[in-house]
Amino acid sequence: MKKVSVSFTLNGDSVTAEVPVTWTLLKTLREYFELTGAKEGCGVGECGACTVIMDGEAINSCLCPIPEVEGRSVTTIEGLADEDGTLHPLQEAFLKNNGVQCGFCTSGMIMSSKALLDHNPDPTEDEIRTSIAGNFCRCTGYVQIVESVKMAAKDGK
Amino acid sequence: MEEKMPDHLFVGKSIPRTIEADKVTGKAVYIDDLKRPGMLYGKILYSKHAHAKIKKIDTSKAEKLEGVRAVLTGQDIPDVRVGFLKDQTVLKKDVVRQYRDEVAAVAAISPEIAAEAADLIKVEYEKLPAVFDPFEAMKQESQLVHELDARGRPLKSNILPLPWKFEAGDMEQARKDSTYISKDTVSTTWVNQCCMGTSGCIAEFDQNNNLTLYDQTNVIFGHIGRITEYFSQIGLRGKKIRVVNPVVGGSFGTKLDTDIYEFIAIQLALKTRKPVKILFDRKEEFRALPPRQPAVFTIEQGCDKEGRLTFRHCEAILDNGAYTSWGATTPSVMIMPMSSLYRVPNVYFKATCVYTNNIYAQAMRGYGNPQATFAVETSMDTLAEKAGIDPAEFRLINRNRPGDDTPMKLRITSCGLEECITAVKEKLNWDNKKGKQKGRGVGMASLIHVAGGARVTKSDGHGIMVKLDEYGHVDVIESGTDQGQGSPTVISQIVAEALGVRPEDIFLTFGDTALALWDAGTHASRHTFMAGNAAIGACAKAKRQILEMAVEQMPKIIKSGFKRKKRKDPGFVEPDLDFGLIANPEDMDIRDRMIFPKNDPDHPHFKLPLTQILQNGLHVGIGQSKVVVAEEFYDPPTEMLNWEMKGNLSMTYAFGTCGVEVEVDEQTGEIKILNLVSAHDVGKAMNPTLLLGQIYGAAYTGVGYGLTEEIKVQNGRVMNPSFRDYQMLTAMDVVPIEAVIIEPIDEAGPYGAKGVGEPGLVPTAPAIANAVYDAVGVRITDLPITPEKILTALKERK
Repeated sequence: MKKVSVSFTLNGDSVTAEVPVTWTLLKTLREYFELTGAKEGCGVGECGACTVIMDGEAINSCLCPIPEVEGRSVTTIEGLADEDGTLHPLQEAFLKNNGVQCGFCTSGMIMSSKALLDHNPDPTEDEIRTSIAGNFCRCTGYVQIVESVKMAAKDGK
Repeated sequence: MEEKMPDHLFVGKSIPRTIEADKVTGKAVYIDDLKRPGMLYGKILYSKHAHAKIKKIDTSKAEKLEGVRAVLTGQDIPDVRVGFLKDQTVLKKDVVRQYRDEVAAVAAISPEIAAEAADLIKVEYEKLPAVFDPFEAMKQESQLVHELDARGRPLKSNILPLPWKFEAGDMEQARKDSTYISKDTVSTTWVNQCCMGTSGCIAEFDQNNNLTLYDQTNVIFGHIGRITEYFSQIGLRGKKIRVVNPVVGGSFGTKLDTDIYEFIAIQLALKTRKPVKILFDRKEEFRALPPRQPAVFTIEQGCDKEGRLTFRHCEAILDNGAYTSWGATTPSVMIMPMSSLYRVPNVYFKATCVYTNNIYAQAMRGYGNPQATFAVETSMDTLAEKAGIDPAEFRLINRNRPGDDTPMKLRITSCGLEECITAVKEKLNWDNKKGKQKGRGVGMASLIHVAGGARVTKSDGHGIMVKLDEYGHVDVIESGTDQGQGSPTVISQIVAEALGVRPEDIFLTFGDTALALWDAGTHASRHTFMAGNAAIGACAKAKRQILEMAVEQMPKIIKSGFKRKKRKDPGFVEPDLDFGLIANPEDMDIRDRMIFPKNDPDHPHFKLPLTQILQNGLHVGIGQSKVVVAEEFYDPPTEMLNWEMKGNLSMTYAFGTCGVEVEVDEQTGEIKILNLVSAHDVGKAMNPTLLLGQIYGAAYTGVGYGLTEEIKVQNGRVMNPSFRDYQMLTAMDVVPIEAVIIEPIDEAGPYGAKGVGEPGLVPTAPAIANAVYDAVGVRITDLPITPEKILTALKERK
């Protein structure tokens, strides 16, 4: 398999990956960098479990061919907490408000929410729901996820 | 004499899920993330037909592909039957009976190579006539799905030899005594559990052929039973099996049975001598995972002129699909709502499961109860209308009450159904909104469910082990599993409360058969109830050990403290202390990490940290060291159902009512839920925030069941195997949900709690159907209630 060398910023570090050209960003994160927080829930961009932030936008990393990541900046769930382990307000809020149950959708859910709050620190419920419209969850009915994002927005102010 | 209980420090509080912080940082290791050294990846090749003879399988190209380590067909492994009625083999050798039949399997060094190899396997089939409609399949002349039963005896019919039948009272007399009778036929369809984490496992043998299975099952010991039986037939009798849970990405019933892919992973691991992982992709999850069982019910109910139910008569036909898993046993749970939801003295229920060439079914949250409750609660509304009684009032007249014995011999202890119905009425402003039509309407439905264990096997036991180290860390080895329901937090609250430590001192291990005592399974909404009671028992024993240690060590610690002080300060005068206060373990207590005499909790000298006692108790000297460890195996005094399907199988029962207000657009058939109230009798809310999460999530899945979700099966084939086409609800489908918590503290429950995992889902769909009827006057009797069905019904009415 033809390999490609891709250099980009990953959670603040400059990195280079040498991976098969057909790999997606999700596969590269999980297999090459062993960052397994982003999940494959469907593999076709429908469920959002693989959501990461690339250049400020939440994207489905399962749909992103690795060559497209050259020179970009990628943040994953692993890059969210402070280096000393202090959790991001979103992470805290999800634990506090029961925004997480089985947890499989949680990484993607939090990353979509983070992209929202980075652009819009004081979102309405509609805006929150729209930002996670592509993130499926079977456990929560979304109610406490939305509450978690609201709380994080409030705490972030 | 009962001692005055101090206020709870942790139970009943909304403690955050900090114990699961790994889930918000990407650190939690799911089966997707787990790798073992040298691990291979398995891939399954499924049938291309609903019913066909396998003429020939050519695996030569697959075997030659670089990176392939094993290719297996039914010819390569022992012909051992598995499943509830032993009606299938792991890989099918001669005949396929459904599209998801496993025909061959590959193990390779990467998932991509495994998939490519599976594609290279050529199978020649000879198509056979198939039957997809259970009513057709029941006919004498129908094509048989199975020619022979598990013992090789010829079968004459597609009807499963499972005569699910329940009778109580005098049906004939009851009909005569009825002033009003209603009759309805309702049906429900296949729905997928839609766990966000797909199915998967890793099978690994050690050199001595002992198996470790990294597996998502919520019945870890049931898995061992089934695999042990399988092993005894493939030459591995007596080998040790260990089942270990990774973090589990949802369960909802999918992980109750041992599925075929798990046996395939075992066979591939055995063949290659390497760990083998099988992980479903989403399409496979929709096509090859047994979903919730579809059913058709014909239900009749009668009542007298005061509106008291006289009888309930119901016959159900269940499309079983080609093989049996737990789906075929869901009628055993349907008997519960059929016989015991509302007071009804005379009951007849019969369920017939029929083999077809469709996909076979499993359990899903509620285990038959959502289907049966849809039938009962549809009928409650139609009968109320015939009797001219408001449906809410009709339900109140017939509500279950504390102290009732139901026809099924369920003993109703605590029961908050009246409060639930009343709360829903109030919150929906029922009396003002009911019967106004014009596109807006309200509806309700209730439920009963087991909430204090469920004796479906001879033991309904649950074990827990509690172990303290000298630093005050508490290891809790839990025999249940955690699939996201919040048990780590709730159990740590209970242990902290019962032991006198803090939730952050608790470290839980779930789902490891090598460490845990036995458990019947984390199913039937039983975990908090069972683990809670077991934990309270184990903690009482551990606490006793600590207090015995304390009465031994405390005087020594205190006296040597005085000696030290005296050495430093010769003028120090030792206080005159009554050591009798701390002479007996019964007189001592532990709370918030401190040990003290009960009669003087703030004694200036006799209040010492738990860790000090633990350290002094351990580091004593030769032959006297002590550690604290205790276990409890809790098996409640419940009954297995007898041959008449009667018996008190749970210590207590959950009740609840869902009320819905809808708006229906008569031009488009679109339904909008304006308000959903879900009221639940939970005994005691152990952690209100987590409890709400269970209710919201279940109600939401119930809305999907009611309005959108359906696996479209056409001639045996799943036509919509993706999230996009399946239409699970998203965050954009806003359902304003309000939960109402009713707490009739249940004597049998830990701190009064009942189970609540499944109840929220059960009454949602019928509540919506009843609200739609109230809004536009058409009754949709087959789920899901789609706009198309509403428009068709509106057209027919005109």
